Amino acid sequence: MLKRLGPALYPLVGLIVVLLLNAAWLPGFFVISVRDGHLSGSLIDILLRAAPVILVALGMTLVIATGGVDLSVGAIIAISGAIAAGVLAHPSGTLFASFSGNSSMVLVLGLPLIAASMAGAFNGFLVSFGIQPIVATLALMVAGRGAAQLLTNGQIVTFSDPTISAIGNGFWLGLPIPILIAFACAFFVFLLVRRSALGLFISATGASEQSSFLAGVPRNSIKIFVYSACGLLAGVAGLIICSDIKGADSHNAGLYLELDAILATCLGGTAMTGGRFNLAGTLIGAILMQTLTTTILTRGVSLEATLITKAILVVGVCLFQSASFRALFARRGVD
Amino acid sequence: MVFLGLYAFAGFRYDGFFSLRVFIGFLGDNATLGIVAIGMTLVILSGGIDLSVGSVAGCSSIAAAILIERSHIHPLIAMLVLILAGALLGFAHGYLISRFVLPPFLVTLAGLFLCRGLALLLSTESIPINHSFLDSVKQIRIPFGGGVYFPFQAILLVLMLIAAGFILKVTRFGRTVYAIGGSEHSANLMGLNVNRTRNLIYAFSGTCGALSGLIFALTTASGNALNGGGLELDAIAAVVIGGTLLSGGYGSIWGTLLGLLIFATIQTALMFDGSLSSWWSRIATGGLLLVFIVLQRVIQPSRSGS
Repeated sequence: MLKRLGPALYPLVGLIVVLLLNAAWLPGFFVISVRDGHLSGSLIDILLRAAPVILVALGMTLVIATGGVDLSVGAIIAISGAIAAGVLAHPSGTLFASFSGNSSMVLVLGLPLIAASMAGAFNGFLVSFGIQPIVATLALMVAGRGAAQLLTNGQIVTFSDPTISAIGNGFWLGLPIPILIAFACAFFVFLLVRRSALGLFISATGASEQSSFLAGVPRNSIKIFVYSACGLLAGVAGLIICSDIKGADSHNAGLYLELDAILATCLGGTAMTGGRFNLAGTLIGAILMQTLTTTILTRGVSLEATLITKAILVVGVCLFQSASFRALFARRGVD
Repeated sequence: MVFLGLYAFAGFRYDGFFSLRVFIGFLGDNATLGIVAIGMTLVILSGGIDLSVGSVAGCSSIAAAILIERSHIHPLIAMLVLILAGALLGFAHGYLISRFVLPPFLVTLAGLFLCRGLALLLSTESIPINHSFLDSVKQIRIPFGGGVYFPFQAILLVLMLIAAGFILKVTRFGRTVYAIGGSEHSANLMGLNVNRTRNLIYAFSGTCGALSGLIFALTTASGNALNGGGLELDAIAAVVIGGTLLSGGYGSIWGTLLGLLIFATIQTALMFDGSLSSWWSRIATGGLLLVFIVLQRVIQPSRSGS
């Protein structure tokens, strides 16, 4: 069992330690009660807050597994939210002003997701063209947020549609809907890469692009696929964030989320160099980060301290993954 | 070429665009970005990336405000301390990257979180700075005739540009930077001290970050923890637009200067227009970045082939 977890073991241990510390500090931390017909409690809250990061980190894991990175997810989140709010509220003075009456739900949910996947596919196209992933996605990161602001005319577009706001605030079977969406997506991605040859292809592309290409792996299609998937998942996260606050804030939605997602992926034991990846680890990594944030908040330490904790985490995880750092300890052990 | 085209276009479109005042404004208004971009040029030339500079700038601006206003330390000493701190942080980045072979992206990402967090811990509010010494620093400017002055931050930027250009072109250190970017492995085999050079490169970038934070503090006469947000991305964009290859080994400080001027032209042109909103500058920058990386990609194979 432990062996199967592999690199996900460290973050899992970390998560358990943080959870136990919380339980020691706060009696009733693990208590999940039924309030108004649905579950509530600290654990549920952590999962709810972690949902967008989980979604983005899943896509990021696939991208990093091919040896790339996607910096544009934050901007894609902003675009997706802006389109959803635009189609729904069609504020005057924007591109959506010509929409009239009630827009159908298919359009409200479909358009943002299509736009998000297309943005991702565009990234994938650039990367498969031979451009470094950091730069290729940087362009969309800079321009994308601008485009989102253009779509909403720089305003925060608000709406009051019960169906849409249910995505971020509703419950189903007693659980908040964002959690269900995040885990459904995680399950689907897991199935897709583990029950088909896709996962193998992705790993192969990341491990050695040249040899996998010679072995007949269609590396360009694989790259376009993973970046599109990453864009799509970011689009879903954008819908959740947008429906949670019942509005599209193009300036702040998903800001720095790309960094959180990369961090979650690394915490989960996926190496930045590509090759092997670990979706379960990413899931745990994302939850661990949110647990830390919640811990810091409930301990009454200022929110700013989370950033410092994250910094220490990044360096720590990197050092653990570094061969020469391990060698340092191994040598000491022998002496 | 693109810069001249854009500049000419903007000049004909908007009255008064060609004036010396506007051109010097380019340098003055973008001194913070420019100085960070100089450090970033070195880092990118060596094949790395430094994401931390923006938050280093924010951190040093707020720390300067606190040191001067709350601890009553003389500004000159406070500035020296902060520049040293920036250099030390950069050195730490370089050390982690070269000693433990960590990806620069992640290490400097940690630096980004650390500095932004520290800055916000120091104060989440803007702190005004009042000190006679700083006022006198602000008075330093070179008259250009016709009521146009070369402000101190533009002087600093030009000095930094010349210094960095000189270092890259003439010194051993500069040649080593190019060698590392070209091929780290061969640089090592040639007996160049790759690790020490890399530590110094990141230390230089950290120094530039701290310096630009101090300029933020000086020009706005206040320190703010949120200063320099996204500055690292603008700097990377300016460097790439300036023709430096992100894979390292090819590019120059003068390219970065051009990239910076293109950046400034877009922004100033948008300001002159008035009817276009600020997000257009983001879209234009992103679009330009895209065009340049695609161009680089198209040009690259032909260069290595010849």
